[in-house]
Amino acid sequence: MTVPADLRYTRDHEWVRIDGDEAVVGITGYAADQLGDIVFVELPETGKQLEASRPFGVVESVKAVSDLFAPLTGEVVATNDALTGGPELVNSDPYGDGWMIRLRLADPNDLEDLLDADAYDALVAAG
Amino acid sequence: MTESVPHETPLAARHEQLGARMIDFSGWRMPVQYGSILDEHRAVRERVGLFDLSHMGELMVEGPEAAAGLAAALVSDPTALSIGRAQYSMIVAPDGGIIDDLIVYRLAEDRFLVVANAGNAEVVSDTLAERLTKRRAILDDQSLATGLVAIQGPRAVDVLTPLTDIDLSALRYYAIAEGTVAGIAGLIARTGYTGEDGFEVFVEWSRTGELWDALAAATQAANGLPVGLGARDTLRLEAGMPLYGNELDRTTTPFDAGLGRVVKLEKDGDFVGRAALERAVAEGSKRRLVGLIVEGRGIARHGYAIHAGDRVTGAVTSGTQSPTLGVPIAMGYVAPADGTPGTVLDIAIRDARVPARVVDLPFYRRRSTT
Repeated sequence: MTVPADLRYTRDHEWVRIDGDEAVVGITGYAADQLGDIVFVELPETGKQLEASRPFGVVESVKAVSDLFAPLTGEVVATNDALTGGPELVNSDPYGDGWMIRLRLADPNDLEDLLDADAYDALVAAG
Repeated sequence: MTESVPHETPLAARHEQLGARMIDFSGWRMPVQYGSILDEHRAVRERVGLFDLSHMGELMVEGPEAAAGLAAALVSDPTALSIGRAQYSMIVAPDGGIIDDLIVYRLAEDRFLVVANAGNAEVVSDTLAERLTKRRAILDDQSLATGLVAIQGPRAVDVLTPLTDIDLSALRYYAIAEGTVAGIAGLIARTGYTGEDGFEVFVEWSRTGELWDALAAATQAANGLPVGLGARDTLRLEAGMPLYGNELDRTTTPFDAGLGRVVKLEKDGDFVGRAALERAVAEGSKRRLVGLIVEGRGIARHGYAIHAGDRVTGAVTSGTQSPTLGVPIAMGYVAPADGTPGTVLDIAIRDARVPARVVDLPFYRRRSTT
């Protein structure tokens, strides 16, 4: 499986779409498949300050509860309300309608810790 | 300490071929899900599902004192069972704590099949054998010689009828009969752990693969699915059925769990746990198992604390998002005074207190009855 080439990724299986000084964040198709049917997503309030690598929310499947980890430092400016009634969007469209939060980045140039698509594919392949 | 290699049922290779995610469950390598737990759950509610339950324990108890011996060893009264009928039962310790929940099937005047949970099969076998030592009855642990496949759902009877020589219209709920399925000799019971109509088929271990293949083809033709332990758990929770290790354990009496009807104090003779259970009835339970429907946002899970106002009143024993009801449901123990249906309690879900309403069990009841 290869992931969208225009996105960046974290080792915790989040994806990031950089949009100027903002970033949209979700979890990868691989993560969604591993979790199975997603039945609940807990996201932070807008205005919340997130710190890179710290947990910012929760995604739950039928059997399991998993933390979501902030890929970058910034302020939450939007969350995907559609996930409240439609958590399954994360499974059906993880890179599109399954997006989770939009961040205003503290430092739009500090992206070095993110993986590119090839590096993320290699990470997943390594198991 | 070295871990022992898990047991495999005769169907392990088939599960893997179907792409199942396998886990170690009570020392057995079992399928959690073949694809989507929600799809498997819905298949059983709407059509039919097929389960590998070969990990369960099957204990044959036979002899002139089999009935009396079991009556003295268990809380229920197997002497009251007609031939071909079954009862839900429990084996408790002398202090009344539950060792396992069981189904006891009467196959003949002097022959009983006792089915135990996989994780407790050995301790039940040992304990029961010990309790029968002075009786003219022999316990034969056939767990590793018996395969078990369950077929559950509204279409189960349609799937099984062409494959069996047993008249299923005459096989009532909680009955068992000897016959053949796909030409294989076995026992067919109308019991299950899903809240749907269905059957559990016991065959000799070496025939389990053949049995599964025949049932799987018929299940597929009926638009059903193979179903793993993930959906088995969500199905039984909706049906309000307890799981040993969650709702039932050594610190719990049948009365705590709302299952006092299983204990037949009026039966003749002593039984292990009688004194403790009579005391428990007289004193009343200190806690009560309730159903909960979460009314706020969040899924209640095993271990989460339950609050009544600013006081902790108990904890969640099982919880999930109910596929059929579309809301989070849970079972848990609370102080009896907080357990009246309609009471709104709070469940601690991470940093939040989420309201949940006490309801009668089960959460789901199927429409038709047999």
